[in-house]
Amino acid sequence: MSPPAPPEAPQRPAPTAEEPVRTGSRTGLVAICASLFAALVVSVVVAIGLGPAVVPPAETARFLWAALSGGQISADEVTTYQIIWQIRTPRVLLAALVGAGLSAVGVAIQALVRNALADPFVLGVSSGASVGAVGVTVMGGLAVFGIYAVSVGAFLGALVASLLVYGASSTKGALSPLRLVLTGVAMSLGFQAVMSVIIYFAPSSEATSMVLYWTMGSFGAASWGSLPVVAAAVLVGVLVLHRYGRPLDVLALGDETAASLGISPDRHRKSLLVLVSLVTGVMVAVSGSIAFVGLVMPHLVRMVVGATHARVLAVAPLAGAVFMVWVDLVSRTLVAPRELPLGVITALVGVPVFITLMRRKSYMFGGR
Amino acid sequence: MNLELDGLSVVTDGKSLVRDLSLDVGSGQVVGLVGPNGSGKSTALRCVYRALKPSSGTVKVDGQELSSLTMRRSAQLIAAMTQDGAVDLDFTVEEVIALGRTPHQRGSTPLNGHERDLCEHAMRRLDILHLARRGILTLSGGERQRVLLARALVQEPKILVLDEPTNHLDVRHQVRLLSLLRGAGLTVLVVLHDLNLAAAACDRIGVLSEGRLINSGTPKDVLTPELVDEVFGVRASVVPHPLTGDPQLLYSLDS
Repeated sequence: MSPPAPPEAPQRPAPTAEEPVRTGSRTGLVAICASLFAALVVSVVVAIGLGPAVVPPAETARFLWAALSGGQISADEVTTYQIIWQIRTPRVLLAALVGAGLSAVGVAIQALVRNALADPFVLGVSSGASVGAVGVTVMGGLAVFGIYAVSVGAFLGALVASLLVYGASSTKGALSPLRLVLTGVAMSLGFQAVMSVIIYFAPSSEATSMVLYWTMGSFGAASWGSLPVVAAAVLVGVLVLHRYGRPLDVLALGDETAASLGISPDRHRKSLLVLVSLVTGVMVAVSGSIAFVGLVMPHLVRMVVGATHARVLAVAPLAGAVFMVWVDLVSRTLVAPRELPLGVITALVGVPVFITLMRRKSYMFGGR
Repeated sequence: MNLELDGLSVVTDGKSLVRDLSLDVGSGQVVGLVGPNGSGKSTALRCVYRALKPSSGTVKVDGQELSSLTMRRSAQLIAAMTQDGAVDLDFTVEEVIALGRTPHQRGSTPLNGHERDLCEHAMRRLDILHLARRGILTLSGGERQRVLLARALVQEPKILVLDEPTNHLDVRHQVRLLSLLRGAGLTVLVVLHDLNLAAAACDRIGVLSEGRLINSGTPKDVLTPELVDEVFGVRASVVPHPLTGDPQLLYSLDS
């Protein structure tokens, strides 16, 4: 038996033109996160200022500072202050939170079902949450949870939906990615139908707008009261997912590989699915289900920082938050005083981005 | 470290995939599993790297039952090169190889200097150092196989199980891979399709047919024309390798 031939491989060459340029270093990652955070702060202030009554960013900042520090506002500014602080600020913050949450959840779902086409919307988790939320809103129930009843309903709906989709698409314990997406899309339409039926049978005069709200999403119902739950869920969700970075990496390599690396695919997938359902449910309860953010953001971010989840999960929530703040701004200013559903804008932006992504040669999208 | 399959049986959906398989892989030995498609080779391996729970029987390492260890602990001892290479996300080669350190790490701490050296050494050994920054999805099948083996080596296991590691490899890399297995000083259980490579690389060979171990022993004892005819339904002449003396099979196409 001859010993292995001596290595003759050349040293690492510089990346060639055909390879996508990625920011590999830790400092690069910190720089990206810092600039995205700065962009988020600026976006939030600008977005709070814009609307039917335009307030310049400097003024907006002054009002916000006054609200936070308990400063003085002159009497003739009270109306503007009310608009800024009571209406727009919670709305813009909610947009940022939901954008962050949807992106993080999209990253996690894509890894744990090993499918680049997955997101809570595609897999029916969002629609399941809508059914839960609508059910509680229209028919009551879960009264023990008080003001959190709708959120709890949405979480339960999301959980049931993800279990159903997961169960229906796995055969003999193996999970076929294609089957999963097909099942998800079908279930998603089914849940939307169920939700519509519940709404139309309910004694309400606003059935159509309600259906639109739950299927396309809106931040119109934002208030300071609803923010803490969403903030807690999104923050905890993002932090926990970030800690799960390495198991997510390993899960994305396949169940066999995961087992051989000491990661139990079943156990991790189950607990992550519960977490994802929780975050999705809480978000859907306050904003309806918003498509495309959870699908497109992870891909955009991976193109810049690579596939490693610890990195993707640091950047994606920030990018998603910035994106959603602008989407919401467009939705409420483009045809003011009417509002466009968020799903309309995310789709108008998301679809072309998605198709461009898939056609890019340097970005390998779900294999070749 | 000694690996022992003891009365291993796997039944799924009423079908017996592996029946009462007992096989001993001595410390530092290279043992090959051969057999026709669907004879239960991969299923047996899956029980060793814990992707599958056996219906009955046990897998033991140095006499200790695998099921009594945590997944993490057994991954520190046993590394696998598996068949499911289909990755959806475009990790770079060095990222995939670094994941071999998973069972040795807590949380998401980055690799330390020793671990980075380990990765580089493995890449050099498998002739893939020049691919380090490439996306895993841009590699050819053979290059990807070498990446997977590098990841298994980085795991610093005592036992290595491989499921058809020479798939997609050109002749040069088939030979290199098998000589690397021989020289690694690990306890190796490997599924091979190529009987001649198995004869050259393995200390002992186990032959599986319909889930049952029907023969095991040195390549010379096991790989006889009669056995090849019985198990594979193929007529073959067996000649000694002119240099090493290992049995080599020559197939004739007429039936």
